[in-house]
Amino acid sequence: MSAISALFRRELSLATRAGGGALMGALFFLIVVTVIPFGVGPDMALLARIGPAILWIGALLATLLALDRLFQADRDDGSLDLIIMGEEPVELVVVVKCLAHWAATGLPLVIATPLLAVLMNMEPDAILAATATLAVGTPALTFLGAIGAALTVTLRRGGLLLAILVLPMTVPVLIFGVSATTAAVMEPAPFMTPFLILVALALFSMVIGPIAAGAALKHGLE
Amino acid sequence: MALIDLANPTRFIALVERVLPVLVALSIGFIALGLYQAFFVAPEDYQQGDTVRIMFIHVPAAWLSLFCWSMMSVSALGTLVWRHPLSDVAAKAAVPIGAAFTFVCLVTGSLWGKPMWGTWWMWDARLTSVLVLFIMYLGLAALWSTIEDPIRAGKAAAILTLVGFVNIPIIKFSVDWWNTLHQPASVFRAGGPTIHSSILWPLLIMAIGFTFLFTTLHLLAMRNEILRRRLRTLRMMEAARSDSSVATTTTAAPSTAKLGAAIEAGAE
Repeated sequence: MSAISALFRRELSLATRAGGGALMGALFFLIVVTVIPFGVGPDMALLARIGPAILWIGALLATLLALDRLFQADRDDGSLDLIIMGEEPVELVVVVKCLAHWAATGLPLVIATPLLAVLMNMEPDAILAATATLAVGTPALTFLGAIGAALTVTLRRGGLLLAILVLPMTVPVLIFGVSATTAAVMEPAPFMTPFLILVALALFSMVIGPIAAGAALKHGLE
Repeated sequence: MALIDLANPTRFIALVERVLPVLVALSIGFIALGLYQAFFVAPEDYQQGDTVRIMFIHVPAAWLSLFCWSMMSVSALGTLVWRHPLSDVAAKAAVPIGAAFTFVCLVTGSLWGKPMWGTWWMWDARLTSVLVLFIMYLGLAALWSTIEDPIRAGKAAAILTLVGFVNIPIIKFSVDWWNTLHQPASVFRAGGPTIHSSILWPLLIMAIGFTFLFTTLHLLAMRNEILRRRLRTLRMMEAARSDSSVATTTTAAPSTAKLGAAIEAGAE
């Protein structure tokens, strides 16, 4: 257990200190959300309507951009080989790395969401719903993204391929995340149904992501 | 002949050469019969008119797009679990064919949708999930082409294929789980098909023809892939040989001689 907690602390401190760029993701999120009104025009009613979608797509892109850091730096300095050859199962290692990665890059997005939602002129209910769905959804994005990060870790310029591989898998998460947020303000539609499916998707990705990413890392070492 | 015997590529190619004429004849025969029936025998639909004939291409292409990914998933298991040497060849050869069938399915569906639904495209669950399938085929092709070593690329692609298999039941049941514009299943459903036999028979003949076509194309692509890998190995051996011979004979100017050998090996 101590090895696992040591790994978590290591990942977290590496991600938050210089070069990791934990807040860079949140800054990118802010910029994406700021750019949208320039594209669609400052129509406050329209922004309130498409706000949940913008927040979700911004969070998705910000997560994607940070994903290639998940295994790449450790692979470059050789510590990935050591970690995988250690006693802990590689799937557990992936879980820990993903959780630390999420705490460093996903959590700031969730914290920034209410502020950005105000910029989008969203109602209080919608702000609450957007924050809740992103809190549940961004870990799912990280775990699914770990598959792509593990598959492309041996490639020198895998960033674009990573996005191509990961984005189709994130479509269900995006659909239910946005529909739950929209349902919170649209009266007849229930909030809980899409939200529970989103939670289920997050749990599902928490299982399939580490297994697939672990297998990819093991085969990549051979 | 057991599956393991086919692990020998030479034996596999010999088998392909033997069955290929039969398969070509069967695909041409079934598709010709199916097209004739589709255009001249099958009646117009009372609501859709002649546009119903698009279905004879659309539906088999859609089935094959799902079948192809499922086949690739079995091959992926073959790569990761049984380590059958030809399974990653099978998986790689199937990717462009599957993408082509999915593309045909999307295009014909769109052509049918314009007169029937009044729109080329609708973001409903079935259409969206098939589009995602198409993008996943392309992503898989990108992954195959990025990793140079075929064994390594095969393993990475196998993992991605198995993860992507999650989408297959979603596509199949999307019309039942969600209230979609796309019609629900009408051939393979509990309680028998809901299509009249005059349309169902040409459809099934076309589906058989498409399956033979897929098998023909797939075996051809597998043969090409095996030959391509042989060429790659021969070229690498040639390069290694010329490299070592140069190193032993010429000691005066090894760097330029090596460069010359490398250029020769690259030019071949």
